[in-house]
Amino acid sequence: MSNLTTSIKITEEQTDLLESASQYCQDKSSIETVRGLIEDEIGHSPKVFTEMAELGWLGIAIPEAYGGAGLGLAEVVPVVEQMGRRLMAGPFLPTTLAAQLVLAAGTESQKEKILPQIAAGTPATLMLSEPHAHFDSTHVECTAKRSDGNLHLSGVKCLVIDAHVAEWAILSVQLEGKLALVVLDQEALHKCTQRREVVIDETRRAFRIELDGLRIPEDALMHPERVEAALIKIELAGALLASAEMCGAGQSCIEYTVSYLNARKQFGRPIGSYQALKHTTVQAHVQIEQARSHLYAAAHTFEKDENREIAVRMLKASAGPALAFSADRAIQFHGGYGFTYECDAQLYRRRAIWGESQFGDALHQRRILADLIL
Amino acid sequence: MPNPPSEQELNEFQADASAWFAENIPPTPNFMMPLTFMEVGTDEQFHFLVDWQRKVYEAGYLGASWPKEYGGGGLHPKFQNVATEVMRRLGSPIMLNTIGLNWAGPLILDMGTHEEKERYIQGILSAEDIWCQGFSEPENGSDLGNAQTRAVRDGDEWVITGTKTWTTHGTYAKYMILLARSIPDAANKYAGLSFFLAPMTVPGVKTQPIRKLTGEYGFTETYFTDARIPADCLMGEEGQGWSVAMRTLEYERNARGGQAGGLSILAPDHSEVVELARKAQRNGRPAIEDPVVRDRLVEYMIEAQGIMLTHQRSAIAPLVQDRPMSIPLSGKLMTTEFTRRINEFAITLLGQAGAYYVGEPEAVDGGISQRAYLNAFSATIGGGTSQIQANIVAEHVLGLPKH
Repeated sequence: MSNLTTSIKITEEQTDLLESASQYCQDKSSIETVRGLIEDEIGHSPKVFTEMAELGWLGIAIPEAYGGAGLGLAEVVPVVEQMGRRLMAGPFLPTTLAAQLVLAAGTESQKEKILPQIAAGTPATLMLSEPHAHFDSTHVECTAKRSDGNLHLSGVKCLVIDAHVAEWAILSVQLEGKLALVVLDQEALHKCTQRREVVIDETRRAFRIELDGLRIPEDALMHPERVEAALIKIELAGALLASAEMCGAGQSCIEYTVSYLNARKQFGRPIGSYQALKHTTVQAHVQIEQARSHLYAAAHTFEKDENREIAVRMLKASAGPALAFSADRAIQFHGGYGFTYECDAQLYRRRAIWGESQFGDALHQRRILADLIL
Repeated sequence: MPNPPSEQELNEFQADASAWFAENIPPTPNFMMPLTFMEVGTDEQFHFLVDWQRKVYEAGYLGASWPKEYGGGGLHPKFQNVATEVMRRLGSPIMLNTIGLNWAGPLILDMGTHEEKERYIQGILSAEDIWCQGFSEPENGSDLGNAQTRAVRDGDEWVITGTKTWTTHGTYAKYMILLARSIPDAANKYAGLSFFLAPMTVPGVKTQPIRKLTGEYGFTETYFTDARIPADCLMGEEGQGWSVAMRTLEYERNARGGQAGGLSILAPDHSEVVELARKAQRNGRPAIEDPVVRDRLVEYMIEAQGIMLTHQRSAIAPLVQDRPMSIPLSGKLMTTEFTRRINEFAITLLGQAGAYYVGEPEAVDGGISQRAYLNAFSATIGGGTSQIQANIVAEHVLGLPKH
C-alpha cells in the first residue's frame, strides 16, 4: 500500500470553474429542460454547447498552441461534476475525450486541424466500443485494409455517443495485425449506416455504426506507435469524467430524496423522521462523500502522477456503486411515486447504470486493482 | 494564533520529529498494546503509556499548538498535525490521556478562566493528571440529556450523588468532566444540567471496574455518594451543562479544532489486513491468492483510501462549501464502522484459526484480530452510538426532520 500516496489538492482554476459551472449548469439544465430534451431527437441544446465553448470549457485541457487554455483534465472535472449534478445533456464529454485522444496520438497536422475546432465548439466523439469488447478498448475487431492510398474499413462500432452531431470521430481498427487509430470527418461519418440505439439513460444519444464499404485517405491514420498508450490514457480519462458526472448526480439525487422525505407525510409525520429511511440516506450520502474525495484526488493525480491508474480505478469503483445505491434507494423511498416515470429517481438510477457501463464497471476496476495493489 | 509556517519550517520540523520518534519509540512490550485509550486494562499498560505520553510531551510533540504560558508549545496547529502524522507513520503507541487531550483540555482552553488553564493544562499534557468522562449513566446512554446524577449547591460546595458508567480510566483519574442535574424542576430536561470539572479524589467517590465483552477490564462504574466538590468546579453557568457538553463532543467529533493532537487511536491499517491475507491459508494456498478474498480486500482498501481522502478534503473549503458540517459530523460514523467491519473481515481471513482467542498459543498474532473486533464496538457505541451519529448527520447535515 506504499503506492497509495495520493492526496487531494485543488487549484485556483478548479475552484473558479467549480463555482461558475455550478451556477451555469443549474441555470441551463433545470429538470424540466432535462425532461424536454429526452423527448427531443437531437437530445441536447446546440446553443448551450456553443455557449460552453465560448466560456472556454471545451478547450480547458487543450494546449494554448491549439487554441485551448492549456490546463488539464483536473480542471475539466469540476465542470463535468456540475453537469452531472444537473443531468445535463450534450456532447461535452465525448468531445473532450476525443480531443484528449487527438492530443495523445494525433499527428501534428491532425492536432492543428482538429483541436482548435474542438476548442471553438465543434462536437466530436470516440468510436472505440465494439459489440464484443467488454471494457477492453484493445479488443478491436473492426479492420482497415490499405489499398491504392486509401484505407478500406469494415466492422461495427456500438455505443458511439452523439455520433449524430459529431463532426470528428476517432476510430479504433486492426490494421495489418496491429491496433490503429484513424480520424473520421463528418463526411465519412455520414457515409456510414447509423442506427440510434435505445439506451437506458434517455438523456444520452448513442449509435451503432457500420463501417463496411467506407474508404478514407491514409493520412487519417494517427501515430502508430502511440496507439496503445493513448487508448489506456483515454480509458482512464473516460473513467475519471464518467465518475465526475456520477459524483455530481449522486449529490443531487440525495438532495432530491431528502426533499421528498421532508415533504411526504405518513401516519401523521414526515417519512424522513423514520430512522429506517434516515439512516439509509445517510449511508448513501457518506458513500457519495467518499466518492467525491476519490474524484478530486484522482483529478489532482491525473496529469502528473504514476499513481494515476490506481487513483482513477478506485474512483470509478467507488462512484458507480455510490450513485447506484443512492438512486436505488431514491426509487424505494419515493414509494408508489418512485415507481412512476414522472418521479426523477429513475433518471438517476438509469444514469448510474449508464455510468457503470462506461469505461469499466466497479467489478472490472476492482479486478484490475487487485493486481495493481495486492 | 501564530502565523502559518513556511513549507521549509514544516519540513524541518517533520525531519526532527521523525528522527526523534525513530530513536525513542519504545520496543514492543510483552503485553498487547492497547489500540485506543479505552483498551487500557492493566496497571502495566497504564504506566507504560503514561511514561510514553510524558516523554512525547517533554520532547515537544504533544500540545505543540497549545498556548505556551500554560505548558503547550505555542506553535501553529500545522506543526502538531505534522507530529501526529509522524507518530502514525512510525507506529508510536497512543497518547493515553485522551479525555484530557481531546475533550477537557480544548474545553478549558476555549471557555476556562486563566486560573483553570494554569491549574489543569500542563497536567493533561504530561499525563500527570489523568482525566475521565462522566456523561453516560446506567439508565441514560444515548439519551445523555436525561442524566439524573444530582448536583446540589451547599455553601461553597456542590454535593454530587448518583452513578456514572463507562468511565474509562476511572480508577486512575484525578478529574472527571461531569454532567449532573442541578435544577431538577427546570423547563426541560436539558436546562436542568450543569457541567463540572470534578476532582475524583474527594470522599464519597467510588469506582467499580466493569468487565468488558473481551473478558478484560478498562472501564468503571463510578458512584458518587454525597461527594463534595468546590463550587468553582462549575464550568460555564449553572443550567448550561448541555451546551457545554455538546461543545465538548464537537472537539471529539473533530468539528472544532483545538485538540492537543497526538495519536489517540491506532487505526487498524488495512495494510495489516493485507499482510494477514498473505499469511493466512485458504484451501492450501495463501488467502491473498483467492479471488473472492482479493475482491473483498480491494473493496476495503478503496474505502480506507476514501475515508483518508475525505478527511483531507475537509480542509479544502471550496470542496465542502455545500455542506460544511458534513465531513466533521460523519467522520466518527464513517471511521468507527469501517474499523469494526475490517476487523471482522480479519477474523474471517483466519478461517479455522479464527476460533482461537487471546491466551491460546496457536492464536494468530496472539488473537489480536479477534480482540480488536470485539473492542471496535467501544468506538461504534461510545461517544454516541453509530445510530445516534446517523441521526445527527441526517438532521444536522441533510436537514431531515427530528420527528
